[in-house]
Amino acid sequence: MSRPRTVRVAAGQGFWGDWLEAPLRQVRGGPIDYLVLDYLAEVTMSILQKQRSRDPATGYARDFVSQMERILPDVADKGIRVISNAGGVNPRACATAVRAAADRLGLGETIRIGLVTGDDLMGRLDELVAGGEPFANMDTGRPLSDVRDHVRAANAYLGMAPVVEALQRGANVVITGRVTDTGLTLGPLVHEFGWQPDDWDRIAAGTIAGHILECGAQSSGGNLLKDWRSVKRLDDVGFPIVEAQADGSFTVTKHRGTGGVVNVASVTEQLVYEMGDPNAYITPDGVADFTTIQLRQTAKDRVHVSGIRGRPRTPMLKVSVAWFYGYKAVGTLVYSWPDAVDKAKAADAILRKRLKSLGLTFEQVLTELVGVNATHGRLGGDPDPDIAEVMLRIGVRAREREPVERFSREIAPLVLTGPPSVTGFAGGRPQVEEIVAYWPALLTRELIEPLVRVELL
Amino acid sequence: MPGTRIQLRYLAHARSGDKGDTANVGLIALAPELYPVLEAQVTAKRVARHFKGMVSGVERFELPNLTALNFLLHGALDGGGTLSLKTDAQGKVFSTALLRMEIDLPRKLANRWRNRDE
Repeated sequence: MSRPRTVRVAAGQGFWGDWLEAPLRQVRGGPIDYLVLDYLAEVTMSILQKQRSRDPATGYARDFVSQMERILPDVADKGIRVISNAGGVNPRACATAVRAAADRLGLGETIRIGLVTGDDLMGRLDELVAGGEPFANMDTGRPLSDVRDHVRAANAYLGMAPVVEALQRGANVVITGRVTDTGLTLGPLVHEFGWQPDDWDRIAAGTIAGHILECGAQSSGGNLLKDWRSVKRLDDVGFPIVEAQADGSFTVTKHRGTGGVVNVASVTEQLVYEMGDPNAYITPDGVADFTTIQLRQTAKDRVHVSGIRGRPRTPMLKVSVAWFYGYKAVGTLVYSWPDAVDKAKAADAILRKRLKSLGLTFEQVLTELVGVNATHGRLGGDPDPDIAEVMLRIGVRAREREPVERFSREIAPLVLTGPPSVTGFAGGRPQVEEIVAYWPALLTRELIEPLVRVELL
Repeated sequence: MPGTRIQLRYLAHARSGDKGDTANVGLIALAPELYPVLEAQVTAKRVARHFKGMVSGVERFELPNLTALNFLLHGALDGGGTLSLKTDAQGKVFSTALLRMEIDLPRKLANRWRNRDE
């Protein structure tokens, strides 16, 4: 069987809420073989989980279905394959919705959907705990029994294997739940080039290609700090594309004529994003060594990536358990010159006294002055005494709803009962939000992988 | 021989992200000749002092191949993720807070790199 020389994998979304125009532009802007859309982060999983608890038919990124409706005719026409973890906590409902969209478009024959399930451990949690799995918290070492009653969801991070299986069985749209961001890109490369799952250097190379694509335009000029003024036409930014070779080397680029930039700086900034120990970037598929990556600008908007070395995968898979923690709310008010900072500080003191005299207790009350210390703390230095305005931002967190609810009613009164020159209260009362916290744990593969399923719809 | 005091913003670019209550800052030299200076002076200890009171611990990793250093700033995010009440709960701009730090730039490099924006 002949193997292709170059496989083009294009990023279509870097998170749930990314630019809606990107997928169609990737499909129409030039040749690509695969479109990968990453929707999931821990925060996203918690939002999807909340949605599913209210309506069992939801729990996936619904934007994905409307995106698919827009791109499916081109996808079918050009033979592009789409891979996405948009399924969130309900991949079956997501796949069914895309199936229906394809049928409506008259593409019922052409579109074959591969559905990946088995990452959802919620129904097996008690059985696994009873079997002796402590789900020890990777940060604190505590056993999951501490919070078992509050658990809302438990998902294992799956690697590229089920994506490869779906592609091998002929799927041209692969929809998953919690498959790693990097697995979405590694999967098609393993499928196309026939890489062995223990060819650790190539597995690491495909993983790093995935890391470069997983945040969308963040590797092609978006959020680029170096010479940021020189990045042109971000209004028309081209999302990144990896052109991969069978030996594991690849070139990062974007469609011709699009805005943004692909250079060594843009790729390096993405490489270090969310990095832990660069010698050991651990995924379900292998361990990649970021200290072996060699980058070289070969032409305008083309960066060649080579030299990547990897090591064997670990016997464990990461599991993310979402558990209900409590409530929080954040209120803001804007104070103007003169003495803007002093007015904001005075308002904060008044509010804190009122909360105290109401007998409300919080785990934390956090005050920030936006414009002064919100992002750099004390490193921002003393504020300009003539500053035109400052935003007072107060957040509270508690395990019970009641004090947070009451806090949300104490912001507005400050407008008429506190320091002068206050505005910016158009948004109404602060919203009381439920906090879903994360409990990272490790589980041996043997407990999860045999139950991973690929179905064709 | 002390060189010229200079803020890291003139010598490096950076990006940060989060993992739980830890923020990471990847600090990337603006040119290969600056990497040894960063490696020698932007130590975990100096960075811990820079962020004193804002983080509970600092680890450093070197990536000479990318002329970059990676810092893990533990306890930086007020609980992190969904718990944190901070504006920058996910540490997205902690990178720029590190660029405020000053180091000594050796004289032979100072002429080329001193306050390039000015």
